[in-house]
Amino acid sequence: MTFPRPRAIVIGASAGGFQALRTLFPVFPEGFPVPILVVQHQPTHGSGPRGCSLLALHCRLPVREAMDKEPIQSGHIVFAPPGYHLLVEPDFTLALSTDPAIHHSRPAIDVLFETASDVYQAGLIGVLLTGASQDGTAGLQKIRQRRGMTLVQDPQSAESPFMPRYAIAHGAADQVLPLSAIALTLKQLGNVQHE
Amino acid sequence: MKSEAEIENLEIRLLLETIFLRYGYDFRQYAQASLKRRMRQCLSECGITLISEAIPKVIHDRTFLNRLVHALSVTVTHFFRDPLCYRALRKQVIPLLATYPFVTIWHAGCATGEEVYSLAILLREEGLYERVRIFATDINDHSLQIAKEGIYNINSMIESSQGYLDSAGKGALSDYYHSRYDLARIHAALKENIVFAAHNLATDHVFSETHLIFCRNVLIYFNKELTNRVLLLFEKSLVAGGILCLGSHESLSFTAVENRFIPISRDQRIYQQKVGP
Repeated sequence: MTFPRPRAIVIGASAGGFQALRTLFPVFPEGFPVPILVVQHQPTHGSGPRGCSLLALHCRLPVREAMDKEPIQSGHIVFAPPGYHLLVEPDFTLALSTDPAIHHSRPAIDVLFETASDVYQAGLIGVLLTGASQDGTAGLQKIRQRRGMTLVQDPQSAESPFMPRYAIAHGAADQVLPLSAIALTLKQLGNVQHE
Repeated sequence: MKSEAEIENLEIRLLLETIFLRYGYDFRQYAQASLKRRMRQCLSECGITLISEAIPKVIHDRTFLNRLVHALSVTVTHFFRDPLCYRALRKQVIPLLATYPFVTIWHAGCATGEEVYSLAILLREEGLYERVRIFATDINDHSLQIAKEGIYNINSMIESSQGYLDSAGKGALSDYYHSRYDLARIHAALKENIVFAAHNLATDHVFSETHLIFCRNVLIYFNKELTNRVLLLFEKSLVAGGILCLGSHESLSFTAVENRFIPISRDQRIYQQKVGP
């Protein structure tokens, strides 16, 4: 497969997502040369430590919640904070918004995917994992329009198959893969040298 | 050869320039990604496919202009958003404010008013409300009107009850409104010391001798230049040792005023202006 090294990876997950991300994240080696931006649907008023700090324990890359206007960095995994949409600005910084929820979600996967695709164009990989929402499909379609690559978790391997199935049914998936194959693909894409 | 995306960016620039030159509303320094999303959505609801089609329409059609300005500037919020921020205010900021005989607060970007009434409730419970004046400002006239009326959907109030309790509230949120059918009307007593006014952070000037500036989830809509302009405006508006409270994911790092403030609650993004040079 010939695809140049991506300029960014965006990942969307909903119900069952934390478990899936726990499987995915350990595959990234230290110094992974691509930034990774994540929307995981979660309740705004949770108690206990935030999901992303728990995931940091399973990962060699730094994991944190996004701050508004921070520069996007390769080899960092950055989550949308609960209650905020996460967006990519044309100067490769992150932005947040408190605009209304989309598909009942804030953060919404579509908002991250669409704004990242505006900026990274064909250099973007979009990954949609387990979930029970329609969120993410429009975003993947946008990434495909711009000739980026979209990977969707095989619904049979997803804890909650609705979200990936919805994306596949709407022609938003370039490849449908089980989680382990998604992990391997992302790792390999990171190893590709820039042309 | 320009790409499709570059052409769209060009159209957006022309439209924003047109709105500014024709009416003086300045969205040219808003953060682009969310502005673009809002613009696309508003135009598609108006049946407009190409952004440039909106240019002649915005010049000649005031109703359309109002609709677009509303879509670009509206923000949504709720009572006691981020309860931990209010808790930190109670614990760390109220004692500082209590040392002044009279306290001026500027809530910049008050939207539909939920957070300014939350602040008023907190000040009342901490015994400070009688010597406070709150200036609550927003660019969006429609939002400001809702804020002034202080009438909200009862369900949103009920949903915010937990936030009120988590903010270390001393009673119940329902102590502060009358409900009738599906509406909740904020008690008039809470409005007494609040002055609602139109103010445009992109073009308007300072407030003087302010002790606390409350500006949460507003700067996220501005680009770096405008954010710096606004932060310098805040710095000039505050008394020495005055307090600036930002949203929980906003920061003064890498801004023009970074060295002028010290964090007093790092987690909750509450800063105090340094005294002296």
